[in-house]
Amino acid sequence: MKNEWPLWEIFIRGQHGMSHRHVGSLHAPDAEMAIKNARDVYTRRNEGVSIWVVEARHISATAPGDKGPLFEPSESKVYRHPTFFDIPEEVGAM
Amino acid sequence: MTRDEAFLQFLLRMGDNTLILGHRVSEWCGHAPVLEEDIALANTALDLIGQTQMWLGLAGEVQGEGKSADDLAFLRDVWDFRNVLLVEVPNGDFGRTLMRQFLFDAWHSIMLGRLLKSSDERVAAIAEKASKEVAYHLERSGDTVVGLGDGTEESHKRMQEALDYLWPYVGEMFASDEVDAEMVAAGIAPDPTGLREEYDALVGKVLGEATLTIPDSRFAHKGGRDGRMHTEHLGHLLTEMQWLQRAYPGATW
Repeated sequence: MKNEWPLWEIFIRGQHGMSHRHVGSLHAPDAEMAIKNARDVYTRRNEGVSIWVVEARHISATAPGDKGPLFEPSESKVYRHPTFFDIPEEVGAM
Repeated sequence: MTRDEAFLQFLLRMGDNTLILGHRVSEWCGHAPVLEEDIALANTALDLIGQTQMWLGLAGEVQGEGKSADDLAFLRDVWDFRNVLLVEVPNGDFGRTLMRQFLFDAWHSIMLGRLLKSSDERVAAIAEKASKEVAYHLERSGDTVVGLGDGTEESHKRMQEALDYLWPYVGEMFASDEVDAEMVAAGIAPDPTGLREEYDALVGKVLGEATLTIPDSRFAHKGGRDGRMHTEHLGHLLTEMQWLQRAYPGATW
């Protein structure tokens, strides 16, 4: 494992005004090469206008085993969705 | 030599450089040390072959014999090719491939920078499109040369060996002859000799960062860009590259 480059998570902004989206991961020796590799691996078909790279070890994630306490309580709280209002059409997409 | 004859030779030199290097780099497809490099090399090869279509397409136009870029790429023999010897030498290991790429990219980026101001607007337009691709090629190959040169003992040794092997092929990119004189007179392209100082500064800086030593000798292998004598490697490369059109003339997708 010592000879393996670290893993990087890649985020691409598809067009101006959109947010960066996670598109996948790759290996690279440092951040600069991770950006170059991301350019070559994930933007070959004109997908992006901006690239973020984050070394995977810097991402903290929720544990799958915690999903009960974390997410289930919100299942029964439909009143948190704004579905009980009549939205005028001229507001457009929300 | 008429101006159009010189112009044709110039266009073949540009297009054959990108064609032969593009083919060489494509030989790595599926074989590079890591997936990311494999894709990056394939992208570089595709860029170069795309540029070839433009250079050889224009060459066919200037020649006026109704030949397409494909005809020129697949139906000429070794002695008709005008690429520098540097781009036809075998890939060697990954380090040598990247060193060759860097030595070529540095020349290519400087040359295209000059061609942006060509008096021929078709040449300027090709240079405009190609220079963006080549700026990236140079950044990538330069960084890799530094990473491997200033890397482990093993990678440093291999990169120094690659530089020692390839350096005698550098000088040919800066040779000048009557074709170049005619291009300078027409304002179409610069005198290659005049690019050397900028090249040495650029290459010296990167190779210095890479802790590599440029060989003292200025000896240069020649014979590619004027077609006088290619290395024995080009024939083997063409055998593979042109096989399909030779075996099945006129075959299309």
